[in-house]
Amino acid sequence: MEKKGDLIVSTSPQIKSGESVAKTMYMVLIALIPATAASIFFFGVKAIYMVLVGVATAVLLEALVQRLRKKPVTITDGSAIITGVLLAFNLSPVVPLWMVALGSAVAILIGKQAFGGLGHNIFNPALVGRAFLMAAYPDYMTSWLPARLTGGGGIDVATYATPLGIVQEKLTQVLPGYFDLFIGNVGGCIGETSALAILLGGVFLLSQKIINWQTPVFFIGTVALLTWALGGDPLFNILAGGLMLGAIFMATDMVTSPMTPRGMIVFGVGCGLITTFIRLYGKYPEGVSYSILVMNACVPLIDRYTKKRRFGVL
Amino acid sequence: MINLLRNLRSKSFPGGLHIKDYKYLTENLPIKRTPLPSKVRIPVCQHIGRPAVPIVKAGDEVKTGTLIASASGPVSSNIHSSITGKVTAIDRFPVPTGGEGLCIEITGNGSDEMQLGEDKDQNTVLRVRNAGIVGMGGAMFPSAVKLQPPGGSKIDTVIVNGAECEPFINSDYRLMIEEPDMVLAGLKICMETVGAERAYIGIESNKPRAIGIIKEKIAGNGAGIKVVTLKTKYPQGGEKQLIKAILNKEVPEGGLPFNIGVLVQNIGTVVAVYEAIRLGKPLYERIVTVTGFCVREPANWKVRIGTSFNDLIKWSGGLRGDPAKLIMGGPMMGLAQYTYDVPVIKGTNGILVLDRKEVVFPPARACIRCARCIQHCPMGLNPGLLANLVEKERWEEAGEEGIKGCTECGLCAYLCGSGRDIIQLIKYGKKRLEEIEKNASKAATAV
Repeated sequence: MEKKGDLIVSTSPQIKSGESVAKTMYMVLIALIPATAASIFFFGVKAIYMVLVGVATAVLLEALVQRLRKKPVTITDGSAIITGVLLAFNLSPVVPLWMVALGSAVAILIGKQAFGGLGHNIFNPALVGRAFLMAAYPDYMTSWLPARLTGGGGIDVATYATPLGIVQEKLTQVLPGYFDLFIGNVGGCIGETSALAILLGGVFLLSQKIINWQTPVFFIGTVALLTWALGGDPLFNILAGGLMLGAIFMATDMVTSPMTPRGMIVFGVGCGLITTFIRLYGKYPEGVSYSILVMNACVPLIDRYTKKRRFGVL
Repeated sequence: MINLLRNLRSKSFPGGLHIKDYKYLTENLPIKRTPLPSKVRIPVCQHIGRPAVPIVKAGDEVKTGTLIASASGPVSSNIHSSITGKVTAIDRFPVPTGGEGLCIEITGNGSDEMQLGEDKDQNTVLRVRNAGIVGMGGAMFPSAVKLQPPGGSKIDTVIVNGAECEPFINSDYRLMIEEPDMVLAGLKICMETVGAERAYIGIESNKPRAIGIIKEKIAGNGAGIKVVTLKTKYPQGGEKQLIKAILNKEVPEGGLPFNIGVLVQNIGTVVAVYEAIRLGKPLYERIVTVTGFCVREPANWKVRIGTSFNDLIKWSGGLRGDPAKLIMGGPMMGLAQYTYDVPVIKGTNGILVLDRKEVVFPPARACIRCARCIQHCPMGLNPGLLANLVEKERWEEAGEEGIKGCTECGLCAYLCGSGRDIIQLIKYGKKRLEEIEKNASKAATAV
């Protein structure tokens, strides 16, 4: 009788593709490298510290919670690392490091683990952390530093504003040009300023089929179109603020966004509408993070009404 | 690259995915006859429907082709002896469709005397039924039933399924290359029987040789028959996907091809029909690809039904490495076996032995909603959601989400990055839902 080891009996399929959660997450981390490099380039060594503190807090707390809940510790899957990086990316370079840690803690504990961990969270964890800090420390969260290439050493931090802030507050400061906005040579959260670096990561994610084109294209497209229709400068509004980072890295988060292309279109358009309305008519100069959080809450509803057509059902 | 271009021009269906096919292990190996097995165990149930009833008893002499178990209803099938010798047991033995089943064991006497069908004056449907022909692609549905659809439904199109989209398997491919005349003759018999004017032979673009050979044969005498090049994409050979690709028609959810006037037969089946009608030969042998990296000498065999997997693997050079999974069929929809001591049946298109490192997977974790399962589901379902609903025992909701439409092609579970056993859950859910609906209709009729 042909027999060596025991035969494994299981239902089909008998083989698997080798896809894994960790593989997906590390692809996203690779895609975040250009933006990380840009943040260090424009905001100096402080950016490194912020990212490291964000990641370390996220990973340690995730491990701790999973230990306490007697669940398998899954910190090697890379998802907590992403949350840490994105949280740091969403903060101004003036915030103290303890605040990065606090934001990261809220992101992991309340944004993710309180819901049951990866896959169960409703809101993008990093944005939950940011929203918390925004509510708790509005002064820090809306103070900015100029990017280093502007040589704006003489500018008082207290009055320095992001490009969107200049427009919102009708300040007299000179608006940066499109080129500076594109490469990221402007004030803002450390990871959001360089459209170029973020786009590089986005192209990589698209090529690896980690994200779909629908969400970012409809998000950014809606902002551009609506801004133009309402008399704003569409190109400026695409490049300024956190739109690129939000549209490419946060609105595309698999766990908290719709599952079909049609749903992604609805999601992207919704994000774009809310962002533009907050920017143009709201108190805040920027609305990307809130728009994504609001749309996160709509995902179950969107999924319900944007199902694929079943085969043989006409 | 050439295949890529060919693929762009080929027809297909929504969803699906090209997966690594490993056809190269056996695609260029001509079909060989196995030695005559000294003993065969022939299950009486090798088909969908009711088991056949044995009409021989231990000690009876049988010839190759002798009827040994007879169909027991409209959806059932005759079973014939595959060797010449003596019935030595009628008992329960391991069968490849799971667990144990009633088998007729025949011990050969070394000779191979034929007993051919003597029903030349009867009609084709009856002769196909007498010959015990069932769908040989794996589904094993009695072919005679398909040739005479219920309620006198009119069939206008016959499609021969030469997609063979399961990785590793080459039994249909080799038949198309080596016996194209039989394929065409068998197809013509089917067309004539159902009164169809047109027919298509669907072949995936990764089999250019088969496409070329069949096209050449048709050029001479294939009125109404066309070869269609299909995109190389799993599950292109699924009946519904095949019809969609070729005719751009969808079989309604819950329906069968005859509902839209189509008959689909697999390559092996049309060849069996040819052999039964023109040669009077009942179905007692078939082509089996024995393959996988644990098989020393992979091969395409012409095998007598009832031959043990053990014998076939022995004739294929034996095993190597650390064989951990023995599969009847391909890796996507094939059935894992718990013993090598199971017989080849009418639906065995392949025997696949996989190494431990190919089949051991990390434990499942929560779905991260990557939506790959939705994107690639050829039936337009949300497999991850279905699996969730089954886990939570929400059977009716699973029904509303179309769980019964699942063809169990396996792509969702193959792709799942969280390693969830989606197909296992869906199969279980379908079963439970069926029971619930049966009970409900029983209760309704009782009232």
